[in-house]
Amino acid sequence: MSSSVASEARNSQARNSQIKTSQGTALPLVGNDIDTDRIIPARFLRCVTFDGLGEHVFADDRQQDPSHAFNQPQYQGAKILVVNRNFGCGSSREHAPQAIARWGIDAIIGESFAEIFFGNCLAMGVPCLTAAPETVTALQAIVQANPGREVQVDVENRRVTGGDFAADLTLADGPHQMLTLGTWDACGQLVAQAEAIEQIFGELPYVNWANAA
Amino acid sequence: MSTGTLFDKVWNLHTVGILPSGQTQLFIGLHLIHEVTSPQAFAMLRERGLKVMYPQRTVATVDHIVPTDNQARPFADTLAEEMMQNLEKNCADYGIRFYNIGSGSQGIVHVIAPEQGLTQPGMTIACGDSHTSTHGAFGAISFGIGTSQVRDVLASQTLALGKLKVRRVEVNGTLQPGVYAKDVVLHLIRKLGVKGGVGYAYEYAGTTFEQMTMEERMTVCNMAIEGGARCGYINPDSVTYAYLQGRDFAPLGREWDEAVAWWDSLRSDADATYDDVVSFDAAEIDPTVTWGITPDQGIGVSEAVPAPESFGEGDRAIAQEAYAYMDLAPGTAIKGTPIDVCFIGSCTNGRLSDLQEAAKIAQGRHVANGIKAFVVPGSERVKQQAEAEGLDKIFEAAGFEWREAGCSMCLAMNPDKLQGRQISASSSNRNFKGRQGSASGRTLLMSPAMVAAAAIAGKVTDVREFLPI
Ligand code: SF4
Repeated sequence: MSSSVASEARNSQARNSQIKTSQGTALPLVGNDIDTDRIIPARFLRCVTFDGLGEHVFADDRQQDPSHAFNQPQYQGAKILVVNRNFGCGSSREHAPQAIARWGIDAIIGESFAEIFFGNCLAMGVPCLTAAPETVTALQAIVQANPGREVQVDVENRRVTGGDFAADLTLADGPHQMLTLGTWDACGQLVAQAEAIEQIFGELPYVNWANAA
Repeated sequence: MSTGTLFDKVWNLHTVGILPSGQTQLFIGLHLIHEVTSPQAFAMLRERGLKVMYPQRTVATVDHIVPTDNQARPFADTLAEEMMQNLEKNCADYGIRFYNIGSGSQGIVHVIAPEQGLTQPGMTIACGDSHTSTHGAFGAISFGIGTSQVRDVLASQTLALGKLKVRRVEVNGTLQPGVYAKDVVLHLIRKLGVKGGVGYAYEYAGTTFEQMTMEERMTVCNMAIEGGARCGYINPDSVTYAYLQGRDFAPLGREWDEAVAWWDSLRSDADATYDDVVSFDAAEIDPTVTWGITPDQGIGVSEAVPAPESFGEGDRAIAQEAYAYMDLAPGTAIKGTPIDVCFIGSCTNGRLSDLQEAAKIAQGRHVANGIKAFVVPGSERVKQQAEAEGLDKIFEAAGFEWREAGCSMCLAMNPDKLQGRQISASSSNRNFKGRQGSASGRTLLMSPAMVAAAAIAGKVTDVREFLPI
């Protein structure tokens, strides 16, 4: 768990930085439908900050399975997480991607992601890119065979490379633009539209009924 | 000419603009918050010097961490107490309406908003909780968000979102006796898979849903997210309006009539186009029980745990993981599986009608030896109504514990937890590994009536054997 300390200091992406590439060693986490209760069990949600979540990522899975990928020494310090289908399903807890990012992960490649998880990662500046199942499985096998290999995730060109391995990745245009232009933290943009927001507020009947909340 | 589905219409009415990324800036009509996913959002607001734009459009309650036995303050759990104080302070500082314990209106966020009439057709509703899909039962577009997005809604009353596709999920016909809304949604998830709904809003349509009460519709929409659909909804109709009229925040007088006309106009047009349509027959649905570790690993109560060969390649590995974790071999009949704990409650099935159905099974019977069985009303109001009907007495006479309102053992952030490898019959919504508070605890999801029947029999049983013939 050595990397968790370093990543806590890093905390999360500096707000509105442009995220064009991520590189480092990778961590293959094999399995479909890995839910957010497994990523961060509910007892660690009893907190008012996200600090310290990194060291509890996959706490129960790691405890039950000493060979869990997050326990293995060769993957400590990894920056790229490689997962399979429907990763991050279940609860909306942002604690899950926060725990992953604070452990040290900068980017995730997978076959597919649950929607709320994907949105949470985007809002934190953690790119989640997808690839065909064969590509993901091949990448996981390569990383397992060569854990020290540097992997580059080129967010801008939607590609992953590592040694002689290279493959195209998918990322919808909207999130792609938000990450590469550094507008993934939408808060400022949203607040800036105060006038347009007030206009919609004025037009919606239900917010203006006498008995409204 | 068609103006589309309810989803299209509500989406368009709430669109503030299109962001440079191509995403929609969507106005959120009602924002619900609770103690778990909001503290960091308020911290970010403070850090950035932002205000809450429309404090009156956010409503708070406390549900996940509250003890359901001794609620005296300060809580014995100091971390829970800290979260509680944090929420109390945030609501006071920003002028947000807060239904605290003892207010008479506290409860699980997805129970209290509908029962007070806060949830209405045509709204967009967001909450830092994935089961926000529940509110779609009223013909609202409602979905769960993360904490950074909670911050965005507080600061701007809007979110940056990509539009979802719409799948019409039709079920027609009448349910057999002993088959409940919970069985319908477990059946749909079994058939469509836990990721089948990713990228979609589910419009539940057809005569089966039309015949359902609002509480039944809420059970169905609640679990849309378990099928991967972030949002599920049912077009509003006379059942919706009858439920709403007279509730605390429902429009009154002339505004009520205007509201009904507006709500009617939002219903999906008969010629609306859908991205996908699937349909099912209500008569085929049996009382359904999950046997595994994802909500789509469900079977009819008379069926056996499926063989590995019955799964597609992508589902086989997780089935293997489930056999091992649940200690249930393929071919084992689920009926007769011994149970340790029975939990009736949660935002899926902690409403008055759920307790009434369970009480019908419990009445005049007794919980089997060695079984811990408890009932947790979804809100203070549900508790009070149930007590007015004497349901607490029925449960207690049958050997069930009767508790205070909260999320309880749905996710076990409070003292209600499974111990070790205990196995529960649970009316909640998630059977994930470790979900109910023990890292090796096991969960079988089913309807509240089925949970009551399991408590009496001490094992999974078919509730139809308990019903008057
Ligand atoms: S009852 Fe369960 S699913 Fe519902 S809000 Fe509470 S913890 Fe979440």
